[in-house]
Amino acid sequence: MQQTGAEILWECLLREGVDVVFGYPGGAILPAYDTMTQYDIRHVLVRHEQGATHAADGYARATGKAGVVVATSGPGATNLVTGLANAMMDSIPLIAITGQVAKGVIGSDAFQETDVTGVTLPVTKHNYIVTDVRELASTIREAFHIARTGRPGPVLVDIPKDVQLDRTGFHYPDDPIELPGYRPRTIVPKADFERAIELINGAQRPVVLAGHGIIMSGAVAELRGLVEKADIPVALTLLGIGGLPASHRLCAGMMGMHGEAAVNHAIQEADLLIALGMRFDDRVTGNLKTYAPGAHKIHIDIDPSELNKNVKVDVGIIGDVREVLRELLPHVEKADRSLWLARIDTWLAATRERDILHHDPQGKLWTAHVIVDLWKATAGNAIIVSDVGQHQMWEAQYYRHEEPRSLITSGGLGTMGFALPAAIGAKIGRPDAEVWVIAGDGGFQMTLGELGTVVQEKLPLRIAIINNGFLGMVRQWQEFFYERRYSATPLVNPDFCKLAEAYGIAAFRVDRREDVIPAALRAREVNGPALLNFVVESADSVYPMVPSGADLADMIRRPSQPKAQEVHE
Amino acid sequence: MKHVLVCKVENKPGVLNRISSLFRRRLYNIDSLTVSPTENPAVSRMTIVVDATRTDARIVERNLYKLVNTIEVKDVTDLPAVKRDLALIKVHTNPDTRSEVLNLVDIFRGKVVDVAPSSVIIELTGEVKKIDSFIEVLKEFGIAELVRTGLVAMERGRSDKEVPAVAAAQQVNI
Ligand SMILES: Cc1cc2nc3c(=O)[nH]c(=O)nc-3n(C[C@H](O)[C@H](O)[C@H](O)COP(=O)(O)OP(=O)(O)OC[C@H]3O[C@@H](n4cnc5c(N)ncnc54)[C@H](O)[C@@H]3O)c2cc1C
Ligand SMILES: Cc1ncc(C[n+]2csc(CCOP(=O)(O)OP(=O)(O)O)c2C)c(N)n1
Repeated sequence: MQQTGAEILWECLLREGVDVVFGYPGGAILPAYDTMTQYDIRHVLVRHEQGATHAADGYARATGKAGVVVATSGPGATNLVTGLANAMMDSIPLIAITGQVAKGVIGSDAFQETDVTGVTLPVTKHNYIVTDVRELASTIREAFHIARTGRPGPVLVDIPKDVQLDRTGFHYPDDPIELPGYRPRTIVPKADFERAIELINGAQRPVVLAGHGIIMSGAVAELRGLVEKADIPVALTLLGIGGLPASHRLCAGMMGMHGEAAVNHAIQEADLLIALGMRFDDRVTGNLKTYAPGAHKIHIDIDPSELNKNVKVDVGIIGDVREVLRELLPHVEKADRSLWLARIDTWLAATRERDILHHDPQGKLWTAHVIVDLWKATAGNAIIVSDVGQHQMWEAQYYRHEEPRSLITSGGLGTMGFALPAAIGAKIGRPDAEVWVIAGDGGFQMTLGELGTVVQEKLPLRIAIINNGFLGMVRQWQEFFYERRYSATPLVNPDFCKLAEAYGIAAFRVDRREDVIPAALRAREVNGPALLNFVVESADSVYPMVPSGADLADMIRRPSQPKAQEVHE
Repeated sequence: MKHVLVCKVENKPGVLNRISSLFRRRLYNIDSLTVSPTENPAVSRMTIVVDATRTDARIVERNLYKLVNTIEVKDVTDLPAVKRDLALIKVHTNPDTRSEVLNLVDIFRGKVVDVAPSSVIIELTGEVKKIDSFIEVLKEFGIAELVRTGLVAMERGRSDKEVPAVAAAQQVNI
């Protein structure tokens, strides 16, 4: 039976297991939208195509499946760029389907024509333009294969309008996909493998650096197996949070620019770093020249181009971290490294002294306190989708994540406006989970139009706005490094509660510490979405902070304050 | 240092763009890049000459590999390989200088491929250095026009006894 390109598209998506797409219609993608309703696929109408990419991204991060975006040509497609770049940076499997002007007018500056494969080339893992309907099915199939395998990433398929209308026989191939230039490789030379084991078994002060790859490859149990057997403390990257439960005795916390001071000290004093599925981002290493000077380094990563990219390593193992850990584990010796762990504990204790949780709130509402209380109110069980800025760092420091995929945040690109739409995708992917947005007043306003989507899709999200009246993270840099010249960082905000109410969303304003937990508990009871406007202190900074490019141990620390009489924590 | 990378890529539209964009992104200047068909119609071959440190060349090599359309990449800089460039040079001549020019063509084993009253076109194939020096000596006669293909390279064949280098696809050691 002959089918149109549009029909073939949906048939293919069904066969790839897609049950939801995030999109926005327009002229060049109309044939696809016209036939969509015949298929058992949920379409989520966003308010801006950027929102669709973040929603698909949040869906992918929450479920481990590929997220799918649909948009029209020209402005619809260019609106995808930020979201694709975001997914590319954090290795998120996305499929973007864009309409294109008809083949015959491509290159003629036709209405809403943009060279979308050209524009998105550097921000996709791969992209395609399909010029023959007979190649559509195999292209879609390849796109999913590339997006999901190896180091995952976004793949875009541009489909001219006439190709959506052309007819051909539909056949979904089921033979193994053979792409001559795409063979995600996992070959571990034996010598490297043996050297890694030797280094691990011989180390006195090892630290495991666990990254996003642990979560993506589902290596949580393997990671635990390794560190428990060999008694090795674990430092997490921002995107690795949840890779080991925060409450685990070996979980030391986040590393890097705003990581735990104790963790950064441990890294600088380590004699072995075992990097698992993390890419030594500059926010993680600080100054590369002085990074972990006394440590041998083992790097296990699926992407060969990551090895020796930023940090020179002694042993590089290319492969899926889960598989590699499984092979390594039997050769790793049981060990007791309590001396080293005790040393780290001493650093941790010193940090606790300075912790804002032990400071007198002086009648003010501090973001760190809000986060801790949200953690309590949700019993630590929520999926938190954070935006970008100070609140994101406080979330990472003070919400104790026990499960993988329970923190969803934009790491590599740091895309403000990510949280609300990403939470839409997360909630759709995991309808039984309690999903919270934690966003700054700045970032929230970048994509707040998606409140409309939240309402239309009847999603009971809990949206916490950390309202400090500033672009807080930039304000902090201005305070530390630009002599407090607050250029273009104060914000004049709308009344977020009234705004929510205009959408029919229940809203609560909170400006006192004692109201945080009760308000959060009430918000959880709302049948439908709820928004909390936390009006917090603006003159606050995230500590510790490794200034950009500084030695990892050179941290700006929170000034010690006299301890409060009545300790709030 | 100049690095010579030989890439086999899928013969598809847009592939050249993907490759060159990778160099642009890292702000590397490409000295020369040639693309041509191969014995297999589905595969094109590129020879890319780029000025980069060894580390950077490694990084470029691995990033080239990451492209879905790249089948094989090899840095042949330090491998036994035949490397050739071809130049067409149009030189001004007059009755007084013509024989001198033809003499030089002979010495360099070039070929005259066009003769006009006041100029000749010379074709010369060889190592980059040889062409460079030929151009240098022709300068005094006045070069009207010059074109070079850019380097192409091919690894030399091995005797059976030699251990074959690990197939590029498996070159994962670092
Ligand atoms: C305001 C702000 C502040 C930040 N501060 C910090 C900070 O203090 N500390 C911090 O850690 N981060 C911080 N970040 C985030 C930082 O920019 C990076 O995004 C983050 O460090 C990257 O973590 P990652 O390397 O684990 O993940 P990714 O960047 O996602 O890298 C994952 C790595 O795992 C590999 N991989 C993927 N799949 C597999 C597999 N199956 N097997 C093996 N390997 C695999 C990939 O090839 C890649 O190398 C901050 C971001 C922002 C916006
Ligand atoms: C799209 C985008 N534009 C600009 C930035 C630069 N930036 C990083 S953090 C930040 C401030 C964020 O302010 P807000 O959302 O209020 O959060 P806060 O830091 O106050 O918690 C800015 C402007 C960015 N990360 N993303």
